[in-house]
Amino acid sequence: MNIMLAEASRALAVAPPLAVLLELTHRCPLACPYCSNPLELASQREEMDTGGWLNVIDQAATMGVLQLHFSGGEPALRKDLVELLQRARERGLYSNLITSGIGIDEAKLDRMIEAGLDHVQLSLQDATRESADHIAGYKGSFDKKLRFAGWVRERELPLTLNAVVHRHNAGNVPRMIELALALGASRLEVAHTQYYGWGLVNRAALMPSREQLDAATAVVEEARVRLRGTLVIDYVTPDYYARRPKACMGGWAQKFLNISPRGDVLPCHAAETIPGMYFDNIRERPLLDIWQHGDAFERYRGTAWMPEPCQSCPKKEVDWGGCRCQALALSGAADTLDPVCEKSPDHARIRAAAELESANAAPPPFVYRRPPRSTNSVIGSGIASLSKSV
Amino acid sequence: MSTLDSRSTPRFLPGVRLHHDQTRGQWVILAPERVIELDEVAHAIVQRCNGERSIETIVAELADEFDATPEEVSGDVQALIDDLIGKRILRL
Repeated sequence: MNIMLAEASRALAVAPPLAVLLELTHRCPLACPYCSNPLELASQREEMDTGGWLNVIDQAATMGVLQLHFSGGEPALRKDLVELLQRARERGLYSNLITSGIGIDEAKLDRMIEAGLDHVQLSLQDATRESADHIAGYKGSFDKKLRFAGWVRERELPLTLNAVVHRHNAGNVPRMIELALALGASRLEVAHTQYYGWGLVNRAALMPSREQLDAATAVVEEARVRLRGTLVIDYVTPDYYARRPKACMGGWAQKFLNISPRGDVLPCHAAETIPGMYFDNIRERPLLDIWQHGDAFERYRGTAWMPEPCQSCPKKEVDWGGCRCQALALSGAADTLDPVCEKSPDHARIRAAAELESANAAPPPFVYRRPPRSTNSVIGSGIASLSKSV
Repeated sequence: MSTLDSRSTPRFLPGVRLHHDQTRGQWVILAPERVIELDEVAHAIVQRCNGERSIETIVAELADEFDATPEEVSGDVQALIDDLIGKRILRL
């Protein structure tokens, strides 16, 4: 009886997430070397059909989700995007389009707005044309993005620019802020690269120095005060120079879920890197049941899974033990300490690797994020060299 | 906190809307990358921010609704509206 009660109260304690990320496709015109998609990209053939996604939207609304992030890859490559946006609006959900801005013309934008699109989040690779195109691996992308941003603002749709920051563009944060103002964006996300998946493969090509990080932080802090009420700036700091880990995903399986192009329901973008973890598919089990009881979600939810010294740590319900995927990638086990934490035996080694990589005057070239056929061998060698250096 | 002109008329920015969350039984503001939960007083304030009512009017109506004096509610109304302007939820 007591066990049943405990079971019931634990289930009730898992509040539904406020927002869900829909990775409609992994197809994308851009090839950014820090892409949050997994190394094993889903092909178009594997993508869930329209009915599957409509079912996701219906279930999300019913369980109490309030916002949907339509993402990818490039979500606009899905021919059914307008239909999905329409269903989201019918169900009262707030819809956010996370886009490269490539391949959406004015007519399509109008159809999306008519269907109920609420907000656009546009990726920005850098504040200058040549560098932005180089990072995106797509010549002409910068100009197309600026044109798209103009169309968004002409229609009074709120615009967020999302800039991923690393050693090649950290010095341009002031120009990114100026660009956001010039384009009429209401929000700017300045997010230091998160080193999982493609970002980890490209870590030595991307890692900023401590000085670059501190300078970018100072710029953001000053601009936030100066631009209050005009531009909201969200800032995501990088892990490697920190002493304490971040509360990754706001705590595993507590605030966030992500649905992959194949319909797999994931606690975070990188969760598929964890071996031996079973991911339920939305076509086989109800979303609420997966969220509350799915193996992948229950595995690291809360604090019961934590080893020492996490169990005795006063911050365990602040950072929730940091990132499981990072613990796996850098310390070899998903259920050990995130090595960003200064209490980890690997902390000093990780910090030293970051300092060494960022000090390299001739960083390696990017391994661009591209589908397997064109880059198999490159990805393979990237991972091999990484596991030796880490 | 800056002092707002009590004759100004706050309104939602485009892309921001009020929504009744049936699952949690509460009103929320839906905005870019943000869900703001509203208690009864906050909801009473923001639902009046329609670009037609002045802050002065909102204060008077709220005082009436919650059986208080305008002086008692003015600070709360000003603080909430100012906070939501800073977050790019409302504009004057």
